[in-house]
Amino acid sequence: MSAQSAASDKTDPPKSSRTMIWLRSRLSNIAPFITLLFLVVFFSIASPSFATLDNVGNILNQISITAIMAVGLTYVILCAEIDLSVASVANATGIVVAYFTLQDSYANIANVPLPGYAAILLALLTCFLLGGVNAFGVTRIGIPSFIMTLAMLQIGAGICAMLVRGQIAYAVPPFIATLGQKALGPIPYVVIVAATFLLVGHLVLQYTRFGRYVYMVGGNREAAEYSGVNVRLVIASVMIISAACSGVAGMVGVAYFGSAQQNEFDSYLLDAISAVVVGGTSLFGGRGGIGNTIVGLLVLGVLNNGLDHINIDSFLKILIRGLILLAALVINIYAQRLRANQMN
Amino acid sequence: MVFGGDRPLLELSGISKSFGGVTALRDVDFTLHAGEIHGLVGENGAGKSTLMKIIAGVHTDYGGTMRIDGEERNFRSARDALKAGIGMVHQELSIVPDLSVAENVFLGSQPVTRFGRVDWRGMNAQAAAHLRSLGIDVDPRVPIGSLPIGLQQMIEISRVLFSGARIIILDEPTSALSPPEIERLFGLLQALRQSGRSMIFISHFLDDILGVSDTVTIFRNGRKIVTAEAAGLRKSFLIEHMIGAGHEDLEESYTSEMMLDSKPDAPVVLETSGLTLGRAFRDVSLTVRAGEVLGIYGFMGSGQLELARALFGKLHPEKGTVAIEGRQVSLKGTAAARRAGMAFVPESRRSMLFSHEPLYKNMSISILGRLHPVLLRPNAEREIAERHVVSLGIRPPRVDQHLGTLSGGNQQKVGLAKWLTYLPKVLVLSEPTRGMDVGAKDDVVKIVRGLRDQGIGIVVVSSEPETVLSLADRILVMRKGEVAREFVSEAVSKDRLLDAA
Ligand SMILES: Nc1ncnc2c1ncn2[C@@H]1O[C@H](COP(=O)(O)OP(=O)(O)OP(=O)(O)O)[C@@H](O)[C@H]1O
Ligand SMILES: [Mg+2]
Repeated sequence: MSAQSAASDKTDPPKSSRTMIWLRSRLSNIAPFITLLFLVVFFSIASPSFATLDNVGNILNQISITAIMAVGLTYVILCAEIDLSVASVANATGIVVAYFTLQDSYANIANVPLPGYAAILLALLTCFLLGGVNAFGVTRIGIPSFIMTLAMLQIGAGICAMLVRGQIAYAVPPFIATLGQKALGPIPYVVIVAATFLLVGHLVLQYTRFGRYVYMVGGNREAAEYSGVNVRLVIASVMIISAACSGVAGMVGVAYFGSAQQNEFDSYLLDAISAVVVGGTSLFGGRGGIGNTIVGLLVLGVLNNGLDHINIDSFLKILIRGLILLAALVINIYAQRLRANQMN
Repeated sequence: MVFGGDRPLLELSGISKSFGGVTALRDVDFTLHAGEIHGLVGENGAGKSTLMKIIAGVHTDYGGTMRIDGEERNFRSARDALKAGIGMVHQELSIVPDLSVAENVFLGSQPVTRFGRVDWRGMNAQAAAHLRSLGIDVDPRVPIGSLPIGLQQMIEISRVLFSGARIIILDEPTSALSPPEIERLFGLLQALRQSGRSMIFISHFLDDILGVSDTVTIFRNGRKIVTAEAAGLRKSFLIEHMIGAGHEDLEESYTSEMMLDSKPDAPVVLETSGLTLGRAFRDVSLTVRAGEVLGIYGFMGSGQLELARALFGKLHPEKGTVAIEGRQVSLKGTAAARRAGMAFVPESRRSMLFSHEPLYKNMSISILGRLHPVLLRPNAEREIAERHVVSLGIRPPRVDQHLGTLSGGNQQKVGLAKWLTYLPKVLVLSEPTRGMDVGAKDDVVKIVRGLRDQGIGIVVVSSEPETVLSLADRILVMRKGEVAREFVSEAVSKDRLLDAA
C-alpha cells in the first residue's frame, strides 16, 4: 500500500537539480575525461604536429609499458591497498630475463645463458615470487601494504644491482624482443600487449566473481568478511596480480628500451600510480576501474607527448605534471567526500 | 506539562524533502518548546532521521521554513547548527575509533594551552569528569574503538550532551545500551530538562518513548500524522497510527510471560564445548538443534557478541571445539565458516553492508559462488534480490538503489536477506531487531520462525530481552563472559531474564 502511494505522488525535483546530482555523483569519472578533452584540444591548437595519426601512434606506444603495470595497480588500489614496488619488480623481472639470455660479447656481464622459454619462465617465476612475498607480508604478517611494498621496492632494486652490477645487458629472448620491438602491420606489439592486458583486466573486474570481490573488499572490508568473502585471499591475489603485470611490463619494457640496466624503470612508479589516480579510481578503494585507468593513461600520455610538441622549458614540464597530479588528487578526495555526503 | 503559552523554541513549518525521485518528507510541521522532551516514533523509512538531519544542518536543501526563537534560520552546515545550539546524536555512531575517548568527547573543540598546543592533561581530566557524571568510568586515554559498543554509544551521547547545545537530538540512542545504562541516560535527560534544555528522542521502544517524553509525534510515510501529549497515551494508539489499525497487539506479544517449548529429539546441528577467548568469554558449551532457536541474552559487554563472532570464524577462541552436524570443524576464517554451513548477521549495519553499492549486490555477495563458480550473473542476482525485497517488505523496493540511501531499519533487513537464498545449517543473528519498527520486528520474528521451521539451527544473540523472548525456544543467559543460566521448557518473563543477567 505505502509503496503504491509513494510511487503515485512522488514529486520529481526540477530537472536541472537532478542533472547536478548525477554530475556530482559522477565527478570522479567526468573530471578526468574533461581534462583529457581539454588537453587534446589545447595541444591540437598549440601545435600542428600534435593531432596527426602518426602522433596518436606515438602516444599509444609511449603509454603501453605504463599501461601494463597500471592494470595490476588498479586492482590493488581498488582493494584500498597500494603497491609501491611495481617499477622495481618490473626492473628486476626485465633484468632476470636478460640475465638468462646469451649476451653479445661486448656486454660485460657474468650471466647464465638458457633457452628463451626457460629465461622467460624464470623471469615470470621471479615476479610471482616477489608478488607472493608482498602478499604474505600484507595478509599473513599484517604489514601495511604501503610499508611492505616500500621494502619490496628496495629488494627489487637489490636484485637488479646484484645481477647486472652496474653494467648493461642488451639481448633478450627472441619472443620478448618481438613483443617489445616489432609490429603487427601498423600496430606495435607493445600496444597490442597493453590493450590485451587492459581488456582482460577489465573483463575480469566487471564480469567475474573475483572482480566483484575486489570491489566489495575495497568498499567495506569488514562487511566483505562478514559476508564470508575470503578477504585475505583477495588481497593476496591482487598483490600477486600486480607483481605479475609489472613483471610482464618489465620484460616487454627491457626489449622496448633495447637494454636492461638498473633504475631504468624508476619513473614508471609515479606514472603508473598517477594513471590510476588521475583516472578517478578512488584511493579509498571500491570505486573506479580499468576504464578510469585508460582515461588516466591517456591524460598522462597526451600531456607528456603534447608538452614535447610545444616549445616549453623541459624543467617546467616536470612541474606541470606535478600540478596535474595534485589536481587529480584533490578531485579524487573531493569526489569521495561528495559521495559520503550524499549518503548522509 | 503543557507548553501552550510560551513561544516555541523551534518551529518547523511545511518541511518537504526529496532525494532524487524519493520523497522523504511531505509538508511537515513540528514544534519544540524549551524544557520539552519530544518523542518521535514512526515506521522504518518514515522520515524521522531525515527531519532531524534538516534541523541539525546536515541536509541543507529542503522546502519549508525553520524558526528558532521566532527567527527564520537556514543552516548551511552541521557546524552552523551546532553554533545555534543544536546537537545531534546520529543513528549511526560517528565516533573516530582510533582517537582516544577524550579526543572523541572534544572532537573539533580541543582545549588549548596558552601556547596554542592541545591541553592533553586538561582535556583528559575534563573528559573523565564529564563521563563520570554520566556514570561512565573509563580511562579517557584509551582509543575508543577498543571499548564495547554500548560504552562507545554512551560516550557519543555524552559528547553532544556536554557540547552546551540547547536542543539535543537523539536518534535511536538506546539501541546499543544495557538496561542500567538506559536508566542512567533517561535520568540525565530529565536533569537536562530541568535546566531548560529541549530534547528530541527517537526510538522504536514505545515504552521508553511513553516513559520519558512530554509530547509524542507520530510519523508515517513522510507525513506527520499526529502530535499528542504523552501522558495518557497508550502503546496501542502509537502502533495504530504508525502502521495502521489491526496491529495494536503486536508489541504486547513480546512482553508477556511466555512458555519455552524445546525440541529434545531433533538432531544437534551445532555443538561447542569449552570455548574460551581471552577475557571475552570463558568455557562456553552449548548445543543447537535443527529447527530450534537458541536465544543468548546478556547485557552489553557480557561476551555474547564476541561469542557470535567466534562462531562465524571472525574471532579465534584459544580453547574449545566447534562441531557442525556432529563433525568437528576448524573455523579459520569467515569463508571457512560459510563453507561449513554457518551464516552470520552482525549487529552493526556498518559492518555488514556496502553503502555505496546497490541493494542487489549487497544481497548477492554471499551467494555469488553458488550462481556460477567464476562469472557473475547480474540478472539472477537482481531476480533473487527482487524476491527478497518483496518477501521482506523492503522500501523503497528498488534493487538498483544504493544501500546507503535506505533508512536504518530497511538496511537491517537487507543484511538478513543476504543469507536467505541458500539456507545455511546454522544462522547466527546478532541483535537482529535493533533499530526496527514494531511492524518490522514482527516481520523478523516471522522470518526467523519460518527459517526455524525449515530445520535451520538458529542462534539469536541480543541484549534486548524482548527480542530473545519473542524468538527463542531455549535461552542461555550470559554474565561477564560465562553462561550464567539456562531456561528450558519453563515460563520466562523479562523480569526473570534481567534478574539472571
Ligand atoms: N541520502 C539519501 N538518499 C536517498 N534517499 C534517502 C536518503 N536518506 C534517506 N532517504 C530515504 O528517505 C526515506 C526516509 O528515511 P529516514 O532515514 O528519514 O527514515 P527513518 O524514519 O529514520 O527510518 P528508521 O527508523 O529505519 O531509521 C527513506 O525512504 C529513505 O530511503
Ligand atoms: Mg532513522
